[in-house]
Amino acid sequence: MENLALGTIAAPLGSAILILIVTKWWKRFADIWATVVGGFTLIASILLIGSGPIVYRMGGWAPPWGICLVLDPLSEFMLLVVNLLGFFVTVYSLSYMEWYTNKPKFFALFLLMMAGMNGVVLTGDMFNLFVFLEIASLSSYALVGFGVEAEELEASFKYLILGSIASTLILFGVAIIYSVTGSLNMADISVFLKETGNNAAVLLATALFFAGFATKAALVPFHAWLPDAHPSAPAPVSAMLSGVLVKALGVYAMARVFYNVIPVDPIFLKVIMVLGVISMLVGGLLAIGQWDIKRMLAYSTISQIGYIFLGLSLGTALGLVGAIFHLLNHSTYKGLLFLCSGSIEKATGSRDMREFGGLSKKMPVTSIATSIGALSISGIPPFAGFWSKLIIIIACFRAGKTVPGVIAVGVAFITISYYVKLQKYTLFGKLPDKLAKVKESPFAMSSAMIILAVLCLALGLGYPLLNSSILSPAANSLLDTTGWGYITNVLGF
Amino acid sequence: MYILCTVLFVIGIYSIIAKRHIIKKIIGMVIIEYSVNLFLILVGYKAGGIAPILAKGQDVAEFASKGVDPLPQALVLTSIVIGLGTLALMAALAIRLYEKYNTFDMSEINRLRG
Repeated sequence: MENLALGTIAAPLGSAILILIVTKWWKRFADIWATVVGGFTLIASILLIGSGPIVYRMGGWAPPWGICLVLDPLSEFMLLVVNLLGFFVTVYSLSYMEWYTNKPKFFALFLLMMAGMNGVVLTGDMFNLFVFLEIASLSSYALVGFGVEAEELEASFKYLILGSIASTLILFGVAIIYSVTGSLNMADISVFLKETGNNAAVLLATALFFAGFATKAALVPFHAWLPDAHPSAPAPVSAMLSGVLVKALGVYAMARVFYNVIPVDPIFLKVIMVLGVISMLVGGLLAIGQWDIKRMLAYSTISQIGYIFLGLSLGTALGLVGAIFHLLNHSTYKGLLFLCSGSIEKATGSRDMREFGGLSKKMPVTSIATSIGALSISGIPPFAGFWSKLIIIIACFRAGKTVPGVIAVGVAFITISYYVKLQKYTLFGKLPDKLAKVKESPFAMSSAMIILAVLCLALGLGYPLLNSSILSPAANSLLDTTGWGYITNVLGF
Repeated sequence: MYILCTVLFVIGIYSIIAKRHIIKKIIGMVIIEYSVNLFLILVGYKAGGIAPILAKGQDVAEFASKGVDPLPQALVLTSIVIGLGTLALMAALAIRLYEKYNTFDMSEINRLRG
């Protein structure tokens, strides 16, 4: 089991280099191998669920001194989220990336990004977190600019500058924490800070971490890069960025650091709550006015990230379960919607909703998948999105935060309105003459979309099962009120 | 020395925000990275410190009190390599942007809006 956990990082990392070497002689190798590795990491992350806390000691050094990988329920959950979407996006891009030149380089960068995200999720060491974060971010900067058109390069440059400032702030925070505690191991830092309490330096580090991770997660005052970067990237990459990258690098890292490592001042939780609510509102309102289909989805991501942060900031078990469940749901349906937008873009050659109409007759699979994704994200009862939003809203009222709860309900209506707009202009109505020859997308793309659409429904129906097996343990590993659960797992006392 | 760190950091932020030239923004980014690297080195600095390698016949107590902390140096090495990767990507993007827009002025590179 320990080696399986390591394999989810090592396999994509090694394959990224292997692909570049082997495809010099054998072109198809990239497709086959990327699918195999994607399947392997998915199966590994499914097998690892419920296998209990595992600590992998790199090079055999015990935790406070060596670097360790920690697999606790929250990591298991995030690993599943990352690799689930990762595999389907790989399958989808088998045929989508035919549009672009040089598919092997795409898969190499893609696998590098997967390795980085798996590493972020698994690591138990602050500096290691920064290194994996940079691996994932650097490859995502390159992937955003993969098409090398003018807009894509511009978006990539913007993303790169903001992303690197965020990474540098995080490194600054790590340096301050090291100078205070003399340790880089998360559990060890936690023990030290619990004994001595916070001082001014730790507060500064907390603020730096907050700014860094919030930029990676695109919380509202730090969101400027997201509406440019996500629409410009190729559709599978947008699906990965919106679906898991902002969550693994932003939400997960912030949750882990603020709940498990640094005993956080309650004022920061308040700040997160206020920013989360603002994100929900601003993202939702801006999404209504968009005509570019992918730009609308990107603003919707900002809005949904706001929901997740609202759930996290409550600090109650119910709120955390809601946030974690919403994270899983958002990764499936936002991934699905971006894949659908990619297949529409590929078929029609445009992203402007005003040029579409009546696509439901020409592209049945895509339109059904889009409808399911849209219904799920706007919170229509049997689908997954409804339950997670309901849990977050109930948790708000239970915790006595009436105003955020009411706003969350209001934003749910805003969400419905812009997805109705998307459906009306894209799928229904009259088919324009120039789109008369539109064809359904090829098998690899449709199959990925179908499976994700089924997952949207299954996650909604299977919530009780999921809650006991995955979600509650993950939430509990964050919300150990004493905070000793994580420490005991790692240091073993 | 810590003041120098802060000054470098602020200069970097200033040049990223206020300068419109892409290359100047890139230089600002590199300055920020190096201010953090300098800070990391300062964390492990010790006046009159010796190399943290235990030589034969050396007194262990003296070694422990005088030897510098080797960990920040390892961290800085990693962070410099990451910085190199970022810099290479930034420079490559700047060249490609110049090919597409025929300018290094960021205020003229604004096709994305909304």
